Amino acid sequence: MSTPTQLPSFWSRLSLAFGTFFKTVGDAEFAARVRDDQVGPVAAPPAPAPVAPPAPAPVAPAPVLLRETTPEAALQLLTLLQREARLIDFAHENLAAYADADIGAAARVVHEGCARVLKDHFTIAPVRSEAEGARVTLEEGFDASSVRLTGNVVGKAPFKGTLSHRGWKALDVRLPQLSREHDASVLAPAEVEL
Amino acid sequence: MSARYAIGIDLGTTHSALSYVDLEASDGENTAHGVLPVPQLTAPGTVEALPLLPSFLYLPHPDELAPGELALPWNTDGETLVAGDMARSRGATTPIRLVSSAKSWLSHPSVDRRAAILPTDAPEEVARISPLEASTRYLAHLRQAWDSAHPEAPFDQQQVTVTIPASFDPGARELTAEAARNAGYTSATLLEEPQAALYSWIQGSNGAWRKQVKAGDIVLVVDVGGGTSDFSLIAILEVDGKLEPHRVAVGDHILLGGDNMDLALAHLVARKLAANGTQLDAWQMRSLTYGCRGAKEHLLADANATTWPIVVPSRGSKLIGGSIRTELTREEVTTFITDGFFPRVEASARPAVRTRAGLTQLGLPYAQDAAVTRHLAAFLARQAGATAELEGFAGRVTPEHSFLHPSAVLFNGGVFKSGILAQRVMDTINDWLYMEGAEPARMLEGADLDLAVARGAAYYSYARRGGGVRIRGGTARSYYVGVESSMPAIPGMEPPIQALCVAPFGMEEGSELELPGQEFGLVVGEPVHFRFFGSTTRRQDRIGEVLDFWGPDELQEQNEIQATLPADGRMPGDVVQVTLHALATEAGTLELAAVARDGQRWKVEFDVRTPS
Repeated sequence: MSTPTQLPSFWSRLSLAFGTFFKTVGDAEFAARVRDDQVGPVAAPPAPAPVAPPAPAPVAPAPVLLRETTPEAALQLLTLLQREARLIDFAHENLAAYADADIGAAARVVHEGCARVLKDHFTIAPVRSEAEGARVTLEEGFDASSVRLTGNVVGKAPFKGTLSHRGWKALDVRLPQLSREHDASVLAPAEVEL
Repeated sequence: MSARYAIGIDLGTTHSALSYVDLEASDGENTAHGVLPVPQLTAPGTVEALPLLPSFLYLPHPDELAPGELALPWNTDGETLVAGDMARSRGATTPIRLVSSAKSWLSHPSVDRRAAILPTDAPEEVARISPLEASTRYLAHLRQAWDSAHPEAPFDQQQVTVTIPASFDPGARELTAEAARNAGYTSATLLEEPQAALYSWIQGSNGAWRKQVKAGDIVLVVDVGGGTSDFSLIAILEVDGKLEPHRVAVGDHILLGGDNMDLALAHLVARKLAANGTQLDAWQMRSLTYGCRGAKEHLLADANATTWPIVVPSRGSKLIGGSIRTELTREEVTTFITDGFFPRVEASARPAVRTRAGLTQLGLPYAQDAAVTRHLAAFLARQAGATAELEGFAGRVTPEHSFLHPSAVLFNGGVFKSGILAQRVMDTINDWLYMEGAEPARMLEGADLDLAVARGAAYYSYARRGGGVRIRGGTARSYYVGVESSMPAIPGMEPPIQALCVAPFGMEEGSELELPGQEFGLVVGEPVHFRFFGSTTRRQDRIGEVLDFWGPDELQEQNEIQATLPADGRMPGDVVQVTLHALATEAGTLELAAVARDGQRWKVEFDVRTPS
């Protein structure tokens, strides 16, 4: 996470919100600071605090569940990239030992397979529809997570600049479902020909 | 029973698919349709929903897979057989456990299609299954996929159509209907694939098809699928001011398809590699076949590309050193595919027929001539008179025409994603037409080549409810039983046989005909066999007509048919006088029944194994 703005991510904001909630309820002095610091909720009643995480409330156990599935999804993606594109084989090779023509031949396998995995399991679209090199204007309140400001970052929005990379965004992820007993850590089974 | 959806199932040789029309959201020719993503195993323990279900079954060894790795959404305990994508990829490395081309086996007349014979080269310990059972599995998989995706609209309450090649004989049709029943399809209807392709085209045009064809047009449907080629002729008639398509002829069963082309190329490249001292194993051969398919598609889509590289990855983990790079050139693709499978031949060309060696291994009767255009020339020539009887077509066909002149062509099947191949077929047909002074035929645009059959089948389910356009035509063949003629026996000569027409051409669904004046004595408890013939060209023969002789091309002998009168209520050995009835069922099959004078009926079985 190399966001230059140092903004907390969604999950850290979530845990921050929960922490603030319980501290506001339990610690009157802290609650008073929240009330008076011009940043937190101004109204005194503690009601606003629960309003802050309205949607996450029923999803409260979600962070735990996701932490469990994340490595599995990553392993799954690696399995797919190995199966279709031989990516792990490729990355483990020592390129110094081969001529560029040989590497090029293998790169075709990897490229074709990676493209297939991306196409079959994700819907990927550019963040910005303008051509690279075009002048763009970022209005106030633009989404800082999908547009990164670089270079002479000073002043106030609207920001005017040149689009150097269009960015990518996954509109849809379609990873295969796994059976309960499936061991996702086996990225490619050993093969034994009888 | 209130159906919410009209479902169409393409039960293909290499791929199956399920498409549907939402009846509540559809009105007239505007239909709301979709394709069901079919959950299937793509690797052990991995389930993905893909638009196509590869028609392959894998019979795993009991120790081969960890328990629970074969779970599907509707069967968490796991299946004993694997259908779909994983079956295909596993089977490529372990072919002795792979069932493929079950549909071709289902229509193979000289094997017992209910017997466990697949995979044919499996060792003793593998529990084989029958072609019927394999087809049942694919159909059941699609039903379960539907039920788990649409619990609110159970499959058996929807209107379902299953497609078959137009060239299927009554026995293969019957077996497909039986597979559907075994798979839990309560009321499935059969539809010929080329018709489904035309339905899909009609549906896709949103009513504009009336501008693209006119009364008097003859549409030739050329359907080259993964494993079979199928031709049909559909005439466009005007009835009460409305255009009405009539299917007037179907072709023979030709086991020749896109997969043969990929395999032919792979063997060509493998020979090239072998000449340089590189031998490929079965695993590498498979990735070479995939590579060749990709290269072929690129070269046939882009007329400027001269070569396309193919890399066969190494089997071990050393990817860079072990991979084999080769390439396919335009010249090879042109020689092998364009000129090999679609040569520019004369209209008088006919497929070569080699006499088969006396001892052939039991296998599929693949087409002996790989040239699709030669099969097409033979088909059009045989059907030269197909439209002679139709209203409005009287002046269009003259005796000088050596073949039937189509005025429009509709392509179907993944092979024709290549514009070059579609164009080659068009050019060849137009050459033939030019030689006889006829207008060139035009290509019907906008066909969906991969999913047209499933979509068209769903549209047909919908049209049957009165929603859209329907293709008429009835049965595509006339049928005959062989009767020994009453001539004095001549020593050393087989008594000549006469053909008695028991089902005329073009019987509409739901119609029943009785064979007049002819009674057969059936012995109770003893099976009676009849020789059975079909014809795709004799349109005028009425029921009861007796043919003394016929041209070698006119009647094709089919498997023997058999009637057995069960002994219930009668004495075994009694002779019962019966008449034969032909019934074209609503489900799209043909039934022959023996009916006694008291009205009792017995079904005459088509699918009988002739003891050889």
